[in-house]
Amino acid sequence: MQIGLEHFLVLSAGLFCLGLWGALTKRNVIAILMCVEIMFNAVNIAMVAFSRYIVPALLTGQVFAIFIITVAAAEVALGLGILLALYRSRETVDTAHIDLMKG
Amino acid sequence: MVATLAFWLLAAITVMGALSVLFFRDLFRAAIGLIFSFMGVAGLYILLSADFLAAAQVLIYVGAIAVLLIFGIMLTRESHRGNPSNRMAIPGLIATAALFAAMAFVVTSTRWNISAQAPREPTTDALAAALFTTYVLPFELASVLLLVAIIGAIVLVKE
Repeated sequence: MQIGLEHFLVLSAGLFCLGLWGALTKRNVIAILMCVEIMFNAVNIAMVAFSRYIVPALLTGQVFAIFIITVAAAEVALGLGILLALYRSRETVDTAHIDLMKG
Repeated sequence: MVATLAFWLLAAITVMGALSVLFFRDLFRAAIGLIFSFMGVAGLYILLSADFLAAAQVLIYVGAIAVLLIFGIMLTRESHRGNPSNRMAIPGLIATAALFAAMAFVVTSTRWNISAQAPREPTTDALAAALFTTYVLPFELASVLLLVAIIGAIVLVKE
């Protein structure tokens, strides 16, 4: 069977849902960040697959993927900065104990 | 034939890496699995003839983001607690499985307008031309975003 756009899109959807499940249910903040990275990667696969199969000459999806990678890099740097600041003041990275905003 | 085999192999590596993040108790092993997943995605980019993006994936995700995450694991010393889930594990699984079923149904039932054109190879010069002409404003905004992220990270981590 020839590999087509659908294969890449279903793989992307599966990877996105795995990442989403982890991001929703993990208690360690670093595990949540890792799951968010998995979701970014899933979206990038979909972007590049669309670019390859729908508009092969334009590379629009690849440009999008480059911007997503940039945002992901900024996000993980800031996320770890917040995490370290939080760990310094609260001594934990468990979301069950990070409840400063709880009423 | 080779492309088919490569796709299934890379898809297996990518999904197994993601599953290891979800199921390994040791966060270090989860991070190693995540690196395998990133490498699998880089292979998928090569399969999609996105050579520049594959190199960028290896440099940025495997080289920078994974190392940053491992630094985070080491600096927080919480690895003895493992990688627990909250109470929502089963409802979350059901919800995301339903989302996956819906997305897979939509993807497979849509008639995509597949182009018969051969993909552009190599992509680096065409990407550079696109980034510095059509997409020059988002490109500059992305550099400002990175600068803001650098300054923000320094301010946050400073005592």
